[in-house]
Amino acid sequence: MAARFKGRAAVSRPVAFSSLLVMPVTDTDTTLLDKAAEKAVRATPVPLAYRVRGLSDRSIAWLFIMPTIVLLLAINIFPLIWAVYLSFTNFRANRPNAEIDGVGLTNYQRVLTDPDIWQAMQTTAHFVFWTILLQMLIGFALAYLIDRKFRGHAFWTTVILIPMMLSPAVVGNFWRFLYQPQIGLFNYVYSFFTGVEPSSFEMLGSVTLSPWAIIIVDTWMWTPYVMLICLAGLRSIPDYIYEAAEVDRASAWRQFWSITVPMALPFIMLAVLFRAIENFKMFDMVVLLTGGGPGSTTEVASITLKREAFESWRTGRASAFAIILFVAVFGLANIYVKALNKVKQR
Amino acid sequence: MSTANTAHSVVEPSLMTKRIAGAIVILYAIITMVPLAWIFLTSFKSPPDSISYPPKIVFQPTLEGYCNLFTTRTRQTPDYIQSLGAPTSTCDEITRNRNMVIAGPSNYWPRFQNSLIIAFGSTFLAVFLGTLSAYGFSRFKVPLADDLLFFILSTRMMPPIAVAIPIYLMYRQLGLSDTALGMILLYTAVNVSLAVWLLKGFIDEIPREYEEAAMIDGYTRLQAFRKVVLPQATTGIAATAIFCLIFAWNEYAFAVLLTSGAAQTAPPFIPTIIGEGGQDWPAVAAGTTIFLVPILVFTILLRKQLLRGITFGAVRK
Repeated sequence: MAARFKGRAAVSRPVAFSSLLVMPVTDTDTTLLDKAAEKAVRATPVPLAYRVRGLSDRSIAWLFIMPTIVLLLAINIFPLIWAVYLSFTNFRANRPNAEIDGVGLTNYQRVLTDPDIWQAMQTTAHFVFWTILLQMLIGFALAYLIDRKFRGHAFWTTVILIPMMLSPAVVGNFWRFLYQPQIGLFNYVYSFFTGVEPSSFEMLGSVTLSPWAIIIVDTWMWTPYVMLICLAGLRSIPDYIYEAAEVDRASAWRQFWSITVPMALPFIMLAVLFRAIENFKMFDMVVLLTGGGPGSTTEVASITLKREAFESWRTGRASAFAIILFVAVFGLANIYVKALNKVKQR
Repeated sequence: MSTANTAHSVVEPSLMTKRIAGAIVILYAIITMVPLAWIFLTSFKSPPDSISYPPKIVFQPTLEGYCNLFTTRTRQTPDYIQSLGAPTSTCDEITRNRNMVIAGPSNYWPRFQNSLIIAFGSTFLAVFLGTLSAYGFSRFKVPLADDLLFFILSTRMMPPIAVAIPIYLMYRQLGLSDTALGMILLYTAVNVSLAVWLLKGFIDEIPREYEEAAMIDGYTRLQAFRKVVLPQATTGIAATAIFCLIFAWNEYAFAVLLTSGAAQTAPPFIPTIIGEGGQDWPAVAAGTTIFLVPILVFTILLRKQLLRGITFGAVRK
């Protein structure tokens, strides 16, 4: 139906419908549009009828958008402003009646000079780097293979998607069982293939292995997401480009590096952005797998923040940390998007 | 059916390529399913079977995990258990074989109900508000619309814990802590930004002419919205609803910080299921299985909308 109205770009007022009547209408079924167009000819001055009926557009726009704005103001914006305010005070949520003093930038200064917090940021960066690297490699490879369109590829794509739909907390909790030394399936399978004694290593208890335990679960869960976005990228490349390359006798290797990769790059970069933002906030899975331990080897930024806010009850300082995190993510994401747009324009 | 390099396209991969690609993808899919299959198997194991070495693949299935999930039990002397009458249910019998009696229902079912109420309630609200606003943003000139949309969306970049601090304080003041209403409002606020963003894209795709034609036909703007735009946007609305539902169903960080009893959802509850001497893994597995099944069913039934939503949302941003 829409196909008949190509070149409708400029049509925005009802009056413009009369011009549509010039087009030859070949099919006999009277669609809503045809009826409307017919009436438009017969109608009394259209703009008048348009204005009198019902609510004005302005009030409808208002009516439609207002509830959302009110909700967001109350539950997103207001708390955000409150957090900014608290970050300049010494408020503690477990002592609501104590006097609140403004402390200026002290909280920010303390957060930025706290070695524990820098440690947590480093841990987070480490996670973000490795999870993204692994997910991109596996996700892109899978997308490339699925795009070969073997028989049953739609079904297997759905199967691969399943982990990303599940709750990271609930499934992460169960991975704790899989990682048990001695009785856990992970250790058993690993020892089955390598011959290492299954009780000789503890994925969650060891300083060197526990970050990898989390990286493995995150990769298991989120590779499908990267795969999907890469797949959308691969499918956006029109066939004729490959056909032209084939005519020019470009090798498959050459086609991959000079057509597939550059043309899918904006999508790959998008996937990196989304995963980076998500993993920067990583919380559920880490809490349930290691709780930040052993020691503080896997203590990512969100966990430090939770400790500050809900265990040490230094609300002001936690708010300052939260705002620093937000500004950092927001700033980095904006720079990244600029880079992304440059790649797109190329 | 088609052989390699037929005339219709030179880029069609050869049969061999397809087979190898298929084999690798299927192998990967099977490997990723192993943890889920293990959850399912463990839920039917007895506690001793669940912690045996080597891990058992063949075992005598039992409903003990499910019984333990839904009940609380107390240990009793064999004499006392003898003195009771015949067991009234399968669970009763299983429990008595472990020298225990059922003391009452566990908290799992109320927590699961909370999850249902909060997830569906917030999804409905988010999609309802989102559809209205998306239509507003799509069809009318809203001052600063782009900045507003971007800012709304950017609040999602904040770690949930950061948002939770002021929300926690605000809810304590308003008496919304640990209430289903509080959680519904919170999840709605988180989801509505995504809902508006996704739905605006879907509604932008519906030609304005349809509703304008309907309005010339005598409909008011509201009627045109209801009878022309909404039916056209069904797929988009469904895709958006699935996203909101999955988020609200799976959410953990807000739930664990803002609820503790009455309104607690299943994700913070499941990890706390313990038996005698540590985590009762078959019961945890049973709780996990029951919790995951609705999402699995959704994923499989609505995969088309889901795929469209993921790629569509990504490409637009």
